[in-house]
Amino acid sequence: MTVLDAREAQADPLMPTRTPGAASLVAFGSLLLRDAVVLRKTLKAFLPRTLLQPFLLVFVFTYVFPKIGQGVGGGSAGGEATFSTMLVAGVVGLAIIFQGIQSVALPMVQEFGYTREIEDRVLAPLPIALVAVQKAVWGALSGLFGAILVFPIAAIVPATPVELDINWPVLLTLTPIACYMCGALGLTFGTRFDPRTVPMLFGIIVIPITFLGAIYYPWQALEPIRWLQILVLANPLVYMCEGFRAALTPVDHMSLWVVYPALLAFSALFTWLGINGFKRRVLA
Amino acid sequence: MGAMMASVMSTALDEVIRTDHLTKVYPGGTLAVDELDLSVMRGEIFGLLGPNGAGKTTTAGMLTTRVIPTGGHAFVGGIDVVERPVAAKQVIGVVPQTNTLDRSLTVWENLYFHGRFFGMNAKTAKHEATALLEQFRLADRGTEPIDALSGGMAQRLMVARAIMHRPDTLFLDEPTAGLDPQSRLALWEILGELHRAGQTILLTTHYMEEADQLCDRLAIIDHGRLLALGTPEELKASTGADTVVTVSASGDLDALAAALQTGFDGAQRVARVDETVVLEVRGMHGVIPNVFGAAERAGFDVTDISVSEPSLETVFINLTGKDLRE
Repeated sequence: MTVLDAREAQADPLMPTRTPGAASLVAFGSLLLRDAVVLRKTLKAFLPRTLLQPFLLVFVFTYVFPKIGQGVGGGSAGGEATFSTMLVAGVVGLAIIFQGIQSVALPMVQEFGYTREIEDRVLAPLPIALVAVQKAVWGALSGLFGAILVFPIAAIVPATPVELDINWPVLLTLTPIACYMCGALGLTFGTRFDPRTVPMLFGIIVIPITFLGAIYYPWQALEPIRWLQILVLANPLVYMCEGFRAALTPVDHMSLWVVYPALLAFSALFTWLGINGFKRRVLA
Repeated sequence: MGAMMASVMSTALDEVIRTDHLTKVYPGGTLAVDELDLSVMRGEIFGLLGPNGAGKTTTAGMLTTRVIPTGGHAFVGGIDVVERPVAAKQVIGVVPQTNTLDRSLTVWENLYFHGRFFGMNAKTAKHEATALLEQFRLADRGTEPIDALSGGMAQRLMVARAIMHRPDTLFLDEPTAGLDPQSRLALWEILGELHRAGQTILLTTHYMEEADQLCDRLAIIDHGRLLALGTPEELKASTGADTVVTVSASGDLDALAAALQTGFDGAQRVARVDETVVLEVRGMHGVIPNVFGAAERAGFDVTDISVSEPSLETVFINLTGKDLRE
């Protein structure tokens, strides 16, 4: 090897020397870094879009209603306070699932649809399935960030006292699973909608999921409407909200023996659907 | 024996792209690429020339891991692109047909993150991104959003991005489609520089001027099949003619073509192409009056007549009976 060759070899960081595993790991991390930089640049839009809806929800239901004597959950003694407490878990769950849609599904619809800019990331040296999973992981991190931002709102804004009873082991294990599931849900939607059909995503999917997601009422309370109680078991948000109820409050909740397996199963399902949808969109 | 081994070794090393019976049938039955065999050597600019829909983009897509072949094999740098896509992606650089720059990032950041995706540390990626912007005359655009770039600038940035991780092979899919003439020339200049620096380049194009000017060797393809392979000079020489006469006239052009075929000595080949009749002849002398005379004798009013050298277009017409623009 001549001196020139040696210098060339040194200056030239030719990649085939790296194993696919090492290359994939670095690329995966760098994709997350890219998303974080984009988030930092768009924080001015991220904050209102993350905070405003939960804030209004909590403000109207737990501040305005009690103040104007139109309390929700009223009737029984302490009903309003129970409602405020009950809503904490729902608001956290809602914030996370919205991040799945806002941080993963909507950008992906654009990147697939108008610009095809996803193609460059598809050419990064990692398996295509991991490019897809990276999006779900980014959705999970955004969801966590969103939940941390809205939690104080749910705890502080209500006019009636919110009773928190944090079960740390549950909170610390449930949060990552719930966040990941919402990221994977966003991945699935992002690969299945295009710019033309994306308004339907809100109309026929997001709105039913949130209204029937055990945000405003605990799942058990649906007992009198048995068919609805069974129907909403297909809604992943139900398990999240019930899980957060267990993690954050003393309110009655669905058994954790159901919550954990359901969240894990939905995570696996959405990951599978998301990877398949992603491959269908980028490979021919 | 030793010498032979060395020669075998160097052949193996010098072949950067190889396809064996590479085939792609899309769901629905469209046969886009049909048993294509290609071999591209290190340092070559190799062109896939053919009309739209010939299978060029599909071929480039298979070589760059984005299209999964339904038959045959494709190797880049000795790596089977289907078996080992992650390894393959490390040794290729791709400039796709459309602007796939990251709209959420600035011009500089597009390069910086590309470097990071390909394993550069922050310091190296910063340094390389800045150096490339300088080299591609985009240094003053670094902080701008992608949407602020003209088509030509976006294309330069995509080339810069594609070579940033020093790929063995650079793929460009219709790199100058939709560019203004000035930007096209600028891009040809850049590709020429890369070529002189030893970069292996595979490009697809339906512009014969581009293929003629840039490429060391060309594969002419249509309907997914390889029709001819060689240097532009070899391909043009294969027509056997040295002059091409294009005749416009009113009336039945097929009849004119037939009349010229019989009525004009020295016509090697006569074909109707669009609204003209094209004759390939050997020997320039007296061609125009002779063609004119033959047409008049057959009762045709010639409205225009032009003479040129055989081009890749001529080659393509000979091979397929139609021109590249169709």
